[in-house]
Amino acid sequence: MPTDITPVLHATGISKFFPGVIALDDVELTLYPGEVHGLLGENGAGKSTLIKCLTGAYARDGGKIELDGVEISPRDPLSSQEAGIGTVYQEVNLLPNLSVAENLFLGRQPRRFGMIDQRRMVRDARTILSEYGLDIDPARLLSSYSIAVQQIVAIARAVELSGKVLILDEPTASLDRDEVQLMFSVIRRLTGRGLAVVFITHFLDQVQAICDRATILRNGCVVGTLKLAEASRTEIVTMMLGRQLEEVTSRADRGVPGDVLLSLEEFGRRGSIEPFSMEIREGEVVGLAGLLGSGRSETCNAVFGADPADRGEARLRGDPLRLSNPRAAIRHRFALCPEDRKTDGIVGDLSVRENIILSLQARQGWFRPLPRARIEEIAEHYVQALDIRLASLDTPIRLLSGGNQQKALLARWLATDPAFLILDEPTRGIDVGAHAEIIALIERLRADGMALLVASSEMEELVAYSTRVIVLRDRKQVGELRGDEISPAAIVRAIAAEEEEVA
Amino acid sequence: MRHSTKLPLYITIATFLLAYALCIAQFPSMLSTRVVANLLTDNAFLGITAVGMTFVILSGGIDLSVGSVIAFTGVFLAVVLRDTSIHPLVAFVLALGITTLFGAVMGAIIHYLEMPPFIVTLAGMFLMRGLAYVLSTESVPIDHEFYDWLQSLYWKAPGGGRFRLIAGIMLLVFLGAMIVLHRTRFGRNVYALGGSAQTAQLMGVSCARSTIMIYAVSGGLAGLAGIVFSLYTSAGYSLAAVGTELDAIAAVVIGGTLLTGGSGFVAGTFFGIMIMGLIQTYIVFDGTLSSWWTKIVIGILLFTFIMLQKGLAWVTTGRIPRASASAAQS
Repeated sequence: MPTDITPVLHATGISKFFPGVIALDDVELTLYPGEVHGLLGENGAGKSTLIKCLTGAYARDGGKIELDGVEISPRDPLSSQEAGIGTVYQEVNLLPNLSVAENLFLGRQPRRFGMIDQRRMVRDARTILSEYGLDIDPARLLSSYSIAVQQIVAIARAVELSGKVLILDEPTASLDRDEVQLMFSVIRRLTGRGLAVVFITHFLDQVQAICDRATILRNGCVVGTLKLAEASRTEIVTMMLGRQLEEVTSRADRGVPGDVLLSLEEFGRRGSIEPFSMEIREGEVVGLAGLLGSGRSETCNAVFGADPADRGEARLRGDPLRLSNPRAAIRHRFALCPEDRKTDGIVGDLSVRENIILSLQARQGWFRPLPRARIEEIAEHYVQALDIRLASLDTPIRLLSGGNQQKALLARWLATDPAFLILDEPTRGIDVGAHAEIIALIERLRADGMALLVASSEMEELVAYSTRVIVLRDRKQVGELRGDEISPAAIVRAIAAEEEEVA
Repeated sequence: MRHSTKLPLYITIATFLLAYALCIAQFPSMLSTRVVANLLTDNAFLGITAVGMTFVILSGGIDLSVGSVIAFTGVFLAVVLRDTSIHPLVAFVLALGITTLFGAVMGAIIHYLEMPPFIVTLAGMFLMRGLAYVLSTESVPIDHEFYDWLQSLYWKAPGGGRFRLIAGIMLLVFLGAMIVLHRTRFGRNVYALGGSAQTAQLMGVSCARSTIMIYAVSGGLAGLAGIVFSLYTSAGYSLAAVGTELDAIAAVVIGGTLLTGGSGFVAGTFFGIMIMGLIQTYIVFDGTLSSWWTKIVIGILLFTFIMLQKGLAWVTTGRIPRASASAAQS
């Protein structure tokens, strides 16, 4: 990208604060006409906050946005669209109950004598869509076409209405390989017309395939902007994950794992996780490493039966086992602490006590309530054992800090006395102190002979407690590290390893 | 064919034709312009109300106030014509103005206060019924030469059927609604709101304006239905048209419009009205059946059509499961 061209969009010093958090800190983004610009970063790095500041969905707290050299200050997505910045999200923001043509033209339908000119609208829609390489009947309902086609219609609408900058927020997340290629050809056509495209995705190979440059965010700051032709994947991953990798955490003796608890053969789910085989022993912590979207959560959910596997078989202590739903898993003393505790875990308005006994009570059956004294005893026990800090057991759990919520959630599953505990991102969004406590707790549970499967995006954390680390990429298991091989650098190397690359 | 939103409409039309054919098979005299003319005349006020209801339901809302608005309009006209020397045409304009404004205010409350339409229009229902009582608790006859003249207008079809003015008004309203819903931006916005109000807003549809207009249309058409009702009965009575809103909703649903909004046709509503009218006509012809059979058959029809919609929705969403399932994942 020659730098003497004037940028189409130049954002400088963009800052955004949320109570107690700096979401964006002095972020700069420059877009040149005709380029595809990747926006990379782990979850919480500030990608979507940045997008929302650019489109006016959030009011930014500082900084300046220039579009074609003119400063703009969009108040909402509609006004930024008028100014020239169009956005397409992963979930298609169109109306499935209207025709494709109407979705393209809603609010600006061609009219004759005050009436909508259907025929012209369909004809124009066909012309527009053919520029995107789509040959479909625009008079049919939007919902009769695949998500990929709907995405392209959304892109066409955004481009028609804005026409300078197009922001694509994970447009390929729910597309299969051919559909991704279709999407790429559409993006290339657009850049050929001089549009600047911002491309957000978690799939690194897609970034390398389509993007010219990329800006990498971490913790609300720009780590760097690089030309992808000159960058290796390892470089990108290292930048995304940060440089806290140098210090090597001391590794305690892991002891000898016990008997095989659960073994999975060619276990997988179409469109979610490629078939894999895995063995988990008692007294063993298996770590799952990989970038976001690499299939960590999908693996956890498949093993727990939340998104049941559609192939392969599972054996529990040698006996065949069907993991078709979470209830079956719970019956075999499995437990899963999900990643998103706000939506999947805590029941915000119930008290801490009720949240802790929820799973135990559910397993007992609702018609055999636990005696009050027993509930009190269990709740008290775990509040003490896990050092959950709260005013009283009656406090609604949503008032607790993230770390304490997480511990209460852990307590809920520990109360069911599980043999196999699955933790998905157990330390996401909690403070450093609670972080260390949870790591210590995992270590203690392992020493007690429990089998654990822990998915995490934090390398040191995995190094600190894992007996083995399984590395995932693009929803596939790509490597396994054991014992002394486990180090943050080794994990990063395994994540980034390019198959064809000659070492 | 599978994704066609017109399928429920075709099913409604087929149901009507089948029902009519069965009626004729039993009572050949039902095949006459007289029966058809009466079908249109007797259901004129309900049909006009149902058109307004179609707008509201298509946008994902509901309007429970229409029955009361009809009663209010009738009493209002009767009282005004009895106590003042205002010409009926002026009274019509007044009544339409009041009811349209009333609908618009309900729409504004629904949009700006983010209240559920059910509650707002329920309040409107009580309010309008109460106002009707305030005007008069008794049935007030309307006696005016202009009314007599309007009632005497008809076109006599071969076969003896008399197509009266109010039937013509209803047909015009249906025609107008079809044009508005399918050929104007406002009409398409009604569908857009029913699809997803939030998305429509993001796509630049003014939800405030559309919602207010939708309920104004419903209120205004209920007012027109009130005028037609007063022409039909020559009286205004505050207890009239109780439950009409439910009949109108039933007609809209039988007509194939999705109760959740976004999909349906006003033509379907027309055939919904005709099916309901046909059942009543059949009962009159039979002579031995009680009138509650109407309710029973309408109940069964409603169930059938709701099941049908559910089934269709199932078939259409079942077709693209992979994309949505994995979208929920990441």
